[in-house]
Amino acid sequence: MTDMRSRSQAKASPACAANGLGAGIGDQGAGQLSAGQLGAGDLAGNLQVQHEQGQRQVFCGLAGIVWLHRKIQDAFFLVVGSRTCAHLLQSAAGVMIFAEPRFATAVLGDRDLAGLADCNEELDRVVTELLARRPDIGTLFLVASCPSEVIKLDLENAAERLARAQQGRVRVLAYSGSGLDTTFTQGEDTCLSALVPVLPEAAAGSDALLVLGTLPDVVEDQFRRLFEALGIPSLHFLPPRRGSELPPVGPGTRLLAAQPFVGDTAAALIDRGATLIAAPYPFGIEGTRAWIGVAAEAFGISAERVEAVTAPAAKRAAVGLERYRAQLAGKRISFLPDSQLEIPLARFLQRECGMELVEVGVPYLDRRMMGAELDWLPAALRLTEGQDLERQLDRLRADRPDLTVCGLGLANPLEAEGLTTKWSIELVFSPVHGFDQAADLAELFVRPLNRRERLAF
Amino acid sequence: MGAIRIAASMQGVHCVLHAPQGDSYADLLFTMIARSAKRPPVTYTSFQARDLGADTAELVRKTLRETVERFQPRALLVGEACTGELLQDQPAALAQGMGFDCPVVPLELPAFTRKEHWGASETFHQLVRTLLRGQQPRTLDPVAEGRRPRANLLGATALGFRCRDDIAEVTKLLDSAGVDVNLSAPAGASPEDLLRIPEADFNVCLYPEIAQSTCVWLERMFKQPWVKTVPIGVGATRDFLIEVGEVAGIDTSAAIAAGRTRLPWFSRSVDSTYLTGKRVFIFGDASHVIAAARIATEELGFEVVGLGSYSREFARELRAAAERHGVEALISDDYLEVEAAVLELAPELVLGTQMERHIAKRAGIPCAVISSPVHVQDFPARYAPQMGFEGANVIFDTWVHPLMMGLEEHLITMFREDEEFNDEAVASHLGSGKLTAASADTAPGPATTAEPTTSADGMGADAAPAWEPEAERELKKIPFFVRGKARRNTERYAAERGVARITVETLYDAKAYFGR
Repeated sequence: MTDMRSRSQAKASPACAANGLGAGIGDQGAGQLSAGQLGAGDLAGNLQVQHEQGQRQVFCGLAGIVWLHRKIQDAFFLVVGSRTCAHLLQSAAGVMIFAEPRFATAVLGDRDLAGLADCNEELDRVVTELLARRPDIGTLFLVASCPSEVIKLDLENAAERLARAQQGRVRVLAYSGSGLDTTFTQGEDTCLSALVPVLPEAAAGSDALLVLGTLPDVVEDQFRRLFEALGIPSLHFLPPRRGSELPPVGPGTRLLAAQPFVGDTAAALIDRGATLIAAPYPFGIEGTRAWIGVAAEAFGISAERVEAVTAPAAKRAAVGLERYRAQLAGKRISFLPDSQLEIPLARFLQRECGMELVEVGVPYLDRRMMGAELDWLPAALRLTEGQDLERQLDRLRADRPDLTVCGLGLANPLEAEGLTTKWSIELVFSPVHGFDQAADLAELFVRPLNRRERLAF
Repeated sequence: MGAIRIAASMQGVHCVLHAPQGDSYADLLFTMIARSAKRPPVTYTSFQARDLGADTAELVRKTLRETVERFQPRALLVGEACTGELLQDQPAALAQGMGFDCPVVPLELPAFTRKEHWGASETFHQLVRTLLRGQQPRTLDPVAEGRRPRANLLGATALGFRCRDDIAEVTKLLDSAGVDVNLSAPAGASPEDLLRIPEADFNVCLYPEIAQSTCVWLERMFKQPWVKTVPIGVGATRDFLIEVGEVAGIDTSAAIAAGRTRLPWFSRSVDSTYLTGKRVFIFGDASHVIAAARIATEELGFEVVGLGSYSREFARELRAAAERHGVEALISDDYLEVEAAVLELAPELVLGTQMERHIAKRAGIPCAVISSPVHVQDFPARYAPQMGFEGANVIFDTWVHPLMMGLEEHLITMFREDEEFNDEAVASHLGSGKLTAASADTAPGPATTAEPTTSADGMGADAAPAWEPEAERELKKIPFFVRGKARRNTERYAAERGVARITVETLYDAKAYFGR
């Protein structure tokens, strides 16, 4: 592994490969979906959920590294995986290799598969070299992948060992970005969960608001100004901009999720005494107002005060949104399961932009994190959880919505079939939260429709 | 990934991969980089942690059954991604036991040791072997049969570098020599087409990384000779036609004489004098690198200062080519190692893959892309082959345009003190004024290329010799597009001699020492 590309080209040793299979892996499964949950299920209210299993067209959790490494400026992400993992990161994040990036892949070779002892030794060597070369790294994340999980390479143990060897100079943590455990944005959840045990203990009796989930810095600053104007006593964000600025947590911590995919992290923070504020997500004017409103309420701030503080931003957002509403109203939209943002975005497009929801697909449905959003969805909605790709595409072809939100692997083929698409990854990377981005968010859905209209051929 | 490239290149072939959720990202390389209007014909089992406790073999069987039913492929490739390999479900054996009507090609691609090109090569080879099983070599005699000789074009794939246009160009080229194309594969071929491979008199190995092992096998089993020259560049295209003549037993000299390409004349034209001895660094797949090195030296008058490849399978050929050019081959898939070599050699032009394009951009060195891995820009709308005589025209333009033209160099040297030509002036069509640091970073073109400083390029980072103000002023008089190199050379010269402070004398000493 130079910069991490393992050069171990040792002879194949097939025996090793079997090693690591077995029941244990099954136990590690991410919990939201359990096998056998096929067929329709009744949700609180009358909303029906259709469960599907089969081929999936989604990223694994490693994709989260693309935005996490931009957010946490002193963190390095070392994926312990295969060439495929390296290839994914290179193609998904390839544009960022301008500066030596703060992520890399330690490629497992045959020799690593042969014996965990060798593998650990190799990992120690790579990490030691990396940390010697990059003194700017404050936090190192060892990121587990599908192969490292299957061979049962214990990265948490390795992280502890390496942290000891660094004598506190560098914090070393482990989490899984494996496709076995995580779907796309879920990789942020597992990453932030790994940070929870090392968060400092909040001083007794201190009330603070902790906003959970990566937000672009510009949006974070907007929210900071709003919460400060409301008089929230103490405000923190997780993840922080630097790994050295970890927010404290304790019984006085009120959690407010800014992203719907941080359920496990929320649960871990609750275990450390924090209280989760149930709220919709800050997409659109309505969502943002409610999100800020319930947080304010938790701190005993009056509704009048919230109205006074948010009114100017909400008012200009309404002006900005009006322009796009006319272009979206009455248009039919389908979401394929991808980022977990599907439900709050569908809610925004339906309630604030007048769109008609044809089908909303989510990779998994985390009812605790989605409660407030589900209440806002129309009862007749076709909501699907999981994916069986070909069947979903059959439905899509039958529905022929005006706009389809999907991943990049599907967008062009669907366009070629005459469907207009919005590629979902842009919704994850662009600043779309909050009042001042409400119009931008709507515009992202307007643009493909607009383009389709402009082009003569 | 290699297997997917073969399946995506062909018609009527479907690939089933035992792979975890997330591996389907490979689809987007086809749909986004090559702007493919169709999804690649691949179905993934998409297993997750919860599946591992249960019967993953049943998942494989279910996926196979549903895929065959839905897509009705005429050949089925079955394999495993790296993690699938660890499960040892042996999906290929399962598929073979399921009694499908179509041929099943088991893929045994050790994903942990081998890379994409090897995987593609092996997949193509296995597919051809499986489909041709039981066929006998033909007795072919074009003269007796009263027809033109027929050739198979082998090796073009989806996501390959300019394959689409190379096939068209080589087809034209062979036609001019009186040879018909029997079929092209894998790109554009169906399983039925592959059955016709033995009907050709010979094979043309267009991309050895993909097709060499298949050509060798076809020669052994079907007595088909194969053309080994890759027709990239004027000289290689002529050699290719000569070899075609030998293999097909025809006279190709008329086709060689009729070959229309502007490269030789453009290269002799006096405006190209400035290309003489331009120092070039070449990196990519083995075939394109070897071809590029020949064009660079023999057809453009450049000097190859470094060459290398990530194709370990062709290390021997590369070392031989490197030896011909008096350099040592860099065989590596570590882009940091390649970057270090580029910075160390400070070439005036980099010919590489998309990775080297990033490296060159960062180092402020002009660059042209000559090989995969590819980028969306490598799928141009226009006709832009690399092979044949038209390919040579395309290569001349592509390599020369990133360089500053000779006359421009002279003008800038002559007028560098003028208000307009001053290197801090913005281009006149952008209005007058000085470049600010910010706009200098964003404005396009070589005129604003950031000048690497000692700290930025990482050379001599510790104890870099200091510049006397007078020497610094003298350095400013050197045209900006070579100033970075002059600075580096001077600092290297000073460092090697333990000179702590660089004076005007040191600057000129270094210039004399290093030459141009």
